Amino acid sequence: MKRKIPVVPCSGIGKSLGAAAREAAYILAEDLRPDKAKVVALSLLVMGDEDARREVAGGEAVAIDGCQLECATKGLACSGATKVHKVAVFDVVRRHRGLKPEGVCDLNEDGLKLARATADEAAKIVDNSSGESNNA
Amino acid sequence: MPDLPRKKVGLISCSGEEMPEGTVTRRAVRRVLDTLRPDDTVTLCLPLFLAGGEGERAFARYYPTIAVDGCDKRCAALATEKYSAKPAASIIVTEIAKKCGCGQIGTARRLSAEGLRLAGEVAGKIAAKTDRLLKKKPKGVPRGVGGGER
Repeated sequence: MKRKIPVVPCSGIGKSLGAAAREAAYILAEDLRPDKAKVVALSLLVMGDEDARREVAGGEAVAIDGCQLECATKGLACSGATKVHKVAVFDVVRRHRGLKPEGVCDLNEDGLKLARATADEAAKIVDNSSGESNNA
Repeated sequence: MPDLPRKKVGLISCSGEEMPEGTVTRRAVRRVLDTLRPDDTVTLCLPLFLAGGEGERAFARYYPTIAVDGCDKRCAALATEKYSAKPAASIIVTEIAKKCGCGQIGTARRLSAEGLRLAGEVAGKIAAKTDRLLKKKPKGVPRGVGGGER
């Protein structure tokens, strides 16, 4: 059975890259691949929320991390996903050197561009994922 | 005992990315950090806290914290208690929303004007609790703190 692939973004509020990770998850799940992806909250997963864990367990998932601590990837790895695809905003920004993202609650124009570039990379992963779940 | 900075309050906001109340918590906390009580507060990153960030966990063991949760699942409060110490104060956005009679607050991605107003209400409550924890005379919160901030 096809399932929406869970996308777990960084939830940090200290840096613009975390905000860009979050915005990228929304762009992916609402604009680019609304039929294939859905946002799942990292804290619910890590705190063991049953509904959130059910979304993730037994299938592929996408982590979008804002910094090198990779909290989203680590959280997903402990939540029963069969494969965790990593998208790192700090790598994406290196590939788009002209961008200077700023803001947390409200990203500036470059921050939004970075989020879009990150979401585009994540969309390719979603398109190439099987969408299969062992829990179906 | 590590060399710690002067007494501050740690703010831990919900990471509920799938619900608008989570967005309200993040906006409210940023408002306090950036504008209302910049000298008295720091943010503790909930995901880092959960992923084992020792600096975050140590801070919450030695300093007062305020957990700001979007819903009654209270991930921020429970995580703080589980990994460090019970938060000195706890705020739940859905409860404040009921009390202040907020209408539709928008989406997780984009808060409506009501959502921004609610974020302002929450920010005011965080600032008041910060003052209480630091035993400071309340400084008050500027009028119109909720709408169109930043």
